[in-house]
Amino acid sequence: MKTLILTTAALALSAGLALAQSQTIRMGTEGAYPPYNFLNDKGEVDGFERELGDELCKRAELTCEWVTTDWDGIIPNLVSGNYDTIIAGMSITAERDEVIDFTQNYIPPAASAYVGLSADIDVKTAVVSAQASTIQAGHVAESGASLLEFATPEETVASVRNGEADAVFADKDYLIPIVEESGGELMFVGEDVQLGGGVGMGLRESDTELRDKFDAAIQSMKDDGTLNTLITKWFGEQADTF
Amino acid sequence: MFSFCTDPATLSDLPWMACYLTTGKHLNFYWAFGTVLLLLAITAPAALAFGFAGASAARSRFAPLSLFGKTYIAIVRGVPDIAFFLFFVIALDQGLEFLKHQWVCPDWDQPIRQGNDFIVCQAAKVPLGNSPQWVHKTYSFFVAAFTFAIVFGAFAANVIYGAMRAVPRTQLETAEAYGMTHRQTFWRIVVPQMWVYALPGLSNLWMVLIKSTPLLFLLGVEDIVYWARELGGSKTPRFTDYPHGDWRMWYFLVLLVFYLAFTRVSEVVLDRIMARLTLGQATTGGDAQRKAVT
Repeated sequence: MKTLILTTAALALSAGLALAQSQTIRMGTEGAYPPYNFLNDKGEVDGFERELGDELCKRAELTCEWVTTDWDGIIPNLVSGNYDTIIAGMSITAERDEVIDFTQNYIPPAASAYVGLSADIDVKTAVVSAQASTIQAGHVAESGASLLEFATPEETVASVRNGEADAVFADKDYLIPIVEESGGELMFVGEDVQLGGGVGMGLRESDTELRDKFDAAIQSMKDDGTLNTLITKWFGEQADTF
Repeated sequence: MFSFCTDPATLSDLPWMACYLTTGKHLNFYWAFGTVLLLLAITAPAALAFGFAGASAARSRFAPLSLFGKTYIAIVRGVPDIAFFLFFVIALDQGLEFLKHQWVCPDWDQPIRQGNDFIVCQAAKVPLGNSPQWVHKTYSFFVAAFTFAIVFGAFAANVIYGAMRAVPRTQLETAEAYGMTHRQTFWRIVVPQMWVYALPGLSNLWMVLIKSTPLLFLLGVEDIVYWARELGGSKTPRFTDYPHGDWRMWYFLVLLVFYLAFTRVSEVVLDRIMARLTLGQATTGGDAQRKAVT
């Protein structure tokens, strides 16, 4: 009888453990912000954050699954539990930190830059496009320029090409490939601006256990230098590393 | 897809296009047409059912039921679509999870609402966190279909409510004179005759419904407009084998043709239904049909 009770207890315990282990961490991203995250030709999430996220999950011994969502709804969907992390090139800011929690940054505070069709644009008075609900949009609104907001990063650049806006303001790492491939059509304008506290993973404030796991995994990638290798691979030699 | 697609940069225009149009991403785009059509196929009858139920309730002689029907129509019609879609879907999802949580995790001792966060036990997630991605997709699809049905059901309810009142009073009086009960009058006289009055309004709703499918992406379902925007956006060679400029115009042109063709087909079908419904009715249309025959 005693063994029976013990075995059931052991079974119940292991079942509980199995349940805890089988939890899948759903990683929410935008899938429209190369090289941070984008959909490749197969329609899968790809990019710096895909590679980073997969490595972090491996180190933290978690099973992860990728989910794409609209940028505007990315925080509400996290707090209501539709996925468990945001890994979408999201800069750590005080406003966001009030609503969600961040891990330590996995990209150092990076420059944002203006890109326009000619070099003589005054970015303080021009019409500047930026993606809605980003720190860049906030900065443009404060700078005195007329802000033109778009839902996706792609549209912000397209608006400069078709003359709707004089310049676009975005993460420099996002703009570098675009300027390079444009064949001289687009160029950087004005000076770079340092915004935010780097890019980190967003998690629910109550999810401290998961945050600690990812925090530790990011730290271990910083310590052994793999994070720097990854940054250089996706953002080029000139990118800031740790 | 094709064997020669391994190095697209070396291909000439035609095979390049063939490879480009068969990438995994494009297949997703083509699937999205199916998703949209399926959504319409599910939503239209469901919305009609909601509309009919709402109208019947609003017309009821039992005061609470009538109040319920009228409130449903007024609230859903009054709230902007986007607000309703965002609010309702999250609320419905959380409501389901809350109920399931009470059921499967009665021993849970932590609060469900912690600041901004909505936390239920892992076993109470709908769908479960470790379910495969297609389960999540199917779930959000049906939540979307349900939400569409509720919103369009409210509009349909108002149309049907009006149509029921448009049935000539003399018809009802005759039914009463024959000794039919209230219920019999409703099912045998009002319902068969009201459709001809409801159809113009309902066909308008159908047209609006066809074109409101881009709201799907708001609910996490990737629809054709989302894919057209994603695929049409300019691509740099670093991140794809098929770099191209801003091709959104072409993709949206395809959508334009799709929606116009779909609208045309709908018009033809609706015209036929209208002709069938008008037959023998005491309306101008029915009169014209009768004269054309004799």
